[in-house]
Amino acid sequence: MTGVLAQTPRQRVAFPSNWSARIAFVALAIYVVYASTILDISWARFAAGIEHGSRFLSRMFPPNVAPDKLQLLFGGMVESMQIAIIATVAGVLVSLPLGLAAARNLSPAPLAWTARGSIALFRSFHPVIVAILFVKAVGFGALAGMLALIVASLGFIAKLVAEAVEEMSMQQVEGVRATGSPFLSLVIMGVLPQVMPRFIGFSAYQLDSNLRNSALVGLVGGGGIGSTLFTAFQRFDYDFVLTIVLAIIGVVMVGEIVSGWMRRLFQ
Amino acid sequence: MDALTAGDTPTAGRKVDRSVIIWNLRKEYRAGEPVLKNVSLEVEGRGLTAIIGPSGTGKSTLVRCINRLVEPTAGQILFRGQDLVQLSRHELRRARRHIGMIFQEYNLVERLSVIENVLCGRLGYLPVWRAWLRRFPAADIDRAFGLLDAVGLGEFATQRADKLSGGQRQRVGIARALMQEPDLMLADEPTSSLDPKTSVEIMELIAGRAGERNIPVIVNIHNVGLARRFADRIVGMSKGEIVFNGPPGALQDKHLLQIYGGEGWLE
Repeated sequence: MTGVLAQTPRQRVAFPSNWSARIAFVALAIYVVYASTILDISWARFAAGIEHGSRFLSRMFPPNVAPDKLQLLFGGMVESMQIAIIATVAGVLVSLPLGLAAARNLSPAPLAWTARGSIALFRSFHPVIVAILFVKAVGFGALAGMLALIVASLGFIAKLVAEAVEEMSMQQVEGVRATGSPFLSLVIMGVLPQVMPRFIGFSAYQLDSNLRNSALVGLVGGGGIGSTLFTAFQRFDYDFVLTIVLAIIGVVMVGEIVSGWMRRLFQ
Repeated sequence: MDALTAGDTPTAGRKVDRSVIIWNLRKEYRAGEPVLKNVSLEVEGRGLTAIIGPSGTGKSTLVRCINRLVEPTAGQILFRGQDLVQLSRHELRRARRHIGMIFQEYNLVERLSVIENVLCGRLGYLPVWRAWLRRFPAADIDRAFGLLDAVGLGEFATQRADKLSGGQRQRVGIARALMQEPDLMLADEPTSSLDPKTSVEIMELIAGRAGERNIPVIVNIHNVGLARRFADRIVGMSKGEIVFNGPPGALQDKHLLQIYGGEGWLE
C-alpha cells in the first residue's frame, strides 16, 4: 500500500515535452514566411508564372522528329554516352587504389589522411561547377565534360570504397596476414574479395549517375547531349527540346535497368 | 637472417630447432594494466601444449604475441634462432610463413573458394602478380587438393567458404595452416565455436597432422577435458601468470582450483 501511495502524488510522464524542439520548429516556420516576403514570392507572381509556363508547354508539342533533328539528337546522345562510359571506367580504376589508401584500418595515418583530403576536395563541388572550371581550363567540348565526370566519380566511389574497407571483417584479413603474406597479396586475397561486390555496385550506380550528369555538364559547354539541348533552348526550338528531354529520360531509364542488372550479376 | 634464408626452401626432414622460448613476455593494452605479467615458458620442439585458464586471463594474448598479431610490450620470444619480438615488419612476414595459425572463428575469406583459402597459405612465397592472377604453381595446387582430401573436404574445393558449416570451415583453416608447411602451429580457441563431437574431431585432426609433421602445437583452449585428452603438456594461466606447467597426468583438482578459482563447478 505504501508503495502505491508514494507514486500517486506525481504522475509519471512517458513522453516529456521537448521545448527546445518546439521552439526550433516555430522559429523555422517564422523564417520561411519572412524569407518568402523578402524574395517577393506572391500569388500574383505565381499566377503570372503559371500562365507563362503553359504557353511554354504548348510550344513544346508535338515533339520535333524531323530527320535532321534526330541526327543531331543521335550524335549528341552518342557523345554523352561515350563521355559517361569513359569517365566511369577511368574514375573507377583510379578510385579503387585511392579508396584503399583512404581506409584508416589498412593504410598508415599520413597516407590515409592525404587520401581523405583529396577525396573531400573532389567532392566539395557539384559536377557542374567542376565542368565550368574544366571548360575554362581545357576549352569547350567532350574533354572538359569527361574530366569533370571523372572527378565526380573519383570522389564518390573512393569515399564509398574507403567506407566499405573500414567496415570489412578484420578477422578474415587477420587469417591471411598470419600466413606471412606480403601486403599487396593481403589486399588482393583478403580485402578485395570482401569489398568487390559493393565496389561493383558503386561503379554501376556511378555509370547510371554519369549518364544523367553527362547531359548536365553539356549545358555549361562540356559537350554531348547537353550542348545540343542548350543550343535548342537558345534557338527557341522548344519542340526539339521536348524530343531531347524525352530521349534523355529514355536513356537514363535504360541506364538504370542496366546498372541494376550489373549489380545483381556480381552479388 | 641466415637461418631465415636457409628456411626459404621447404625440404622434408630438414633439421630445424622448432622449440619456442618465451622469456619475460609482458603485454599491456593500457599502460600500467598488464594482461601478461612477465610470462616465461619453454615449449619443446614437438608435441601439443595446451594453455588453459579462465576467460580474460591472457591465453589468447599469449598465443597471438607469438606471431605478433598482438604486439608484445616487452620480453623475448625465441623461435628458429630469432627473437620474434625484435623483427622488422619485413622479417616478421618472413617469420610468419613458418607459423601456421588456426582461429576460433576460422578467419577464412568468406567470398573466396575453399581451395583459394587453402592456397592463401602459400602467399608468403608467391610474387604478388601471381596472387592477383591466381597463377599458383601447379605443385602448390596439387598439395592444396591433397590437403583438402586429407581433411575430408576434397569435393568442396571450388565452393565458396561461406557455404560450409563451422566444422568444415575449421578443417579448411587447418588445411590453410598446413599449406604453409609450418614449423609451429598456433591455435587460438580452435573448438570454442564448435559442438562437442566436432570439437573432438578437430582436435584429433590438429594433433594428428602436427604429430605426422613432428611440429609443436600451442593451443589455447578452455575445455579442460579436451586439453587433458590431447595435450602432451598443460600450461595453466590465471590473471596473466602461469600457475601450472606439467603433463596432463599431473593436473589435479587443486591446480584447477588455483587456475579457475571457485569450487562448485568441479563437482
